[in-house]
Amino acid sequence: MLNGLWLIPALPFAAFVLLAAAGKRMPHPAVAAIGTAGTGLSAVLALLVGFDYALRPPAGNAFVQTLWTWMAAGGFTPEISLCLDALSAVMIATVTVVGFFILLYSTEHMAGEEGYSRFFAYMNLFVGSMLTLVLADNLLLLYLGWEGVGLCSYLLIGFWYRDVANVRAANKAFIVTRVGDTALALGLIVLFAHFDTLSIRDILARSPDRWLQGSGPAAWAALLLLGGAVGKSAQLPLQVWLPDAMAGPSPVSALIHAATMVAAGVYLVARMHGIFTLAPEVQALVAVLGAVTLLLAAASALAQSDIKRVLAWSTISQIGYMFLALGVGAWSAAVFHFATHAFFKALLFLGAGVVIAALGDEHDLHRMGGLRRELPLTFWSFLAGAASLAALPLVTAGFYSKDLILYQAFASPQGSPWLWAAGLAGAFLTGLYTFRMVFLVFFGKAGLPVIRKPGVAVSISLVVFSFFALTVGFLQMPALIAPVTVFSDFLSRTLPVLPVVAVSPATEILLLLDALIAPLIGASAAWWLTLRRPGFTARIERSRAGSALHRFWLAGWGFDALYETLVVRPFVRMARLNRDDVLDLFYGGLAWCASRLSYRLCRTQSGSVRRYALGVLAGAVIALGLVAWFKEFP
Amino acid sequence: MSGIPLQSGLVVAGLLFGLGAAGVLFRRDLLFILLSLEIMTNAAGLAFVTAGALWGRPDGQVLFIFILAVAAAEVAVGLALVLWLYRRTGTLDVDRANRLRG
Repeated sequence: MLNGLWLIPALPFAAFVLLAAAGKRMPHPAVAAIGTAGTGLSAVLALLVGFDYALRPPAGNAFVQTLWTWMAAGGFTPEISLCLDALSAVMIATVTVVGFFILLYSTEHMAGEEGYSRFFAYMNLFVGSMLTLVLADNLLLLYLGWEGVGLCSYLLIGFWYRDVANVRAANKAFIVTRVGDTALALGLIVLFAHFDTLSIRDILARSPDRWLQGSGPAAWAALLLLGGAVGKSAQLPLQVWLPDAMAGPSPVSALIHAATMVAAGVYLVARMHGIFTLAPEVQALVAVLGAVTLLLAAASALAQSDIKRVLAWSTISQIGYMFLALGVGAWSAAVFHFATHAFFKALLFLGAGVVIAALGDEHDLHRMGGLRRELPLTFWSFLAGAASLAALPLVTAGFYSKDLILYQAFASPQGSPWLWAAGLAGAFLTGLYTFRMVFLVFFGKAGLPVIRKPGVAVSISLVVFSFFALTVGFLQMPALIAPVTVFSDFLSRTLPVLPVVAVSPATEILLLLDALIAPLIGASAAWWLTLRRPGFTARIERSRAGSALHRFWLAGWGFDALYETLVVRPFVRMARLNRDDVLDLFYGGLAWCASRLSYRLCRTQSGSVRRYALGVLAGAVIALGLVAWFKEFP
Repeated sequence: MSGIPLQSGLVVAGLLFGLGAAGVLFRRDLLFILLSLEIMTNAAGLAFVTAGALWGRPDGQVLFIFILAVAAAEVAVGLALVLWLYRRTGTLDVDRANRLRG
């Protein structure tokens, strides 16, 4: 069964090739069938392979399938080889299952769009690249997948390319993530320089002997890898591209900018955990970045009025949680939160897509309202997703993953009460902004009329995702509620287990209670502010400080403006200045002089023979005169 | 031969050359321009002969024979051009043959 591993990325690629070559001439049902089948078959296979791996673990807990040698340049022989271990098994299962149901949703959601086959081709290319990324056995192949998903992200953000704003958003996403990608490429070079290989397993196996704990090269390598992760996962300071990336269609936001691609940075850090363990300062930086990002993004999410931008900021915030977990060494908690987040955030984006389509492409939360009677199925599934995002206790997946992160942020040797407090404050804010959105969209006075209701494919996807959003969490539960640790046991085959500092039972109960209560307070505050006392909220927004804060958060803490002044504008000015190539001015000037001179000289060519003769004579006289002159006065 | 001093020979040659050059510059008739050119080549020849006489060597006269040959060739080509110009334009005025103006 494991030998079929190569088919998992190959099937979506095959679907992409087929659709790219002949998709335009196919009828839409055929496009939809091929588009979903590529990823769907891959999902079935991924689950089979995953179960096979779980039940009969191969030697060394990793199954490597080498397909061919990519290139051989001296001692550098990267191979196209796939590696299945516990981490990649979780990743491929999540990516393909989420991908399949999002594609199923898209068959209906995107119906009648121009570029229907283009959409499915890109989506399959994305799934294939993402699978390459997570299955890659060496960092070069990982980088190929990394760039592949970046390209698909760019192509799909700019899917409606006729609108210039979308093209700008796509460019922004591409260029900002490129900053991170460059850091990642440099990181690979550092690693190669020290290990003479890019094989992930080799590097992880040899790094503890080669590098001392906290040594310079380890810190540099970790820092550069972190740069790549920060760019792809939209963390501080490269988070600015993700909210704008919402210009793409909703399924794209769900798959790429919520569930899978943006978590690639988390995957990268978890995959290279050995390097980060050797660089404790950088790992602490990961935790701090995560904590700060989750708070900043949650505050920004509070102020947004575009439903998709709320979700985008919340994605940044949730990935901040994952970084926080990575930073304290809670590798499996981060991956667990990735898995639950993939399901509930995809669900929320799909729900938002239904709402937006139902209201005739309306994104503004304040013009929605009372939709729970008009779109009951969407309401219940959106509520399930929102509850999971807000981590409402006991019944949602998000609760278990977030509680795990909060607990380990406190109890890990690298953890601290500060990180825990930031996470807890984030949990409160998450409850607040999530339920503010739910209440504004589905409760209160009716807003715009509903003009389009979800059909069968959309409904199936919503129901399936709701199921997962509520139940995935039961794979891993806190010891106080039920001692289930299926997920971390499975991941412990690949990722080191966090040596938790023992906390007293009273503290443990207190931590759990805090994690239980914070989201509930947030949700009730949202209810009180949006439904019970909307006047109070409006008054705050109208007050001077309130409106300034609102504008500040709406603009995402002014990062866009900051980068605009610090980077974009100087660069554009320099580009303007150098539009005609400053160095070229000299050569251009030379050419200009020559052409002017030639024009002047042209006029002497009068066609009159006698004038030429005069010229010759004058020349001769002058030459002779000079000879005579120098003979006289040497 | 020693009766004519070098100075006088060269002055005559110079005058002849000047006359020829003036003819080339101021005449508009191509035939006269050719004639003036002949005068100029002969002036150069005279200068050679005079210089040869000064040193008592035959080189000057040898070069004059070369000049005669060159002049003959030049006249052959020049007269063909004169004929061609006349057939093309019906005139020998060089100022009207200025179609190669840049």
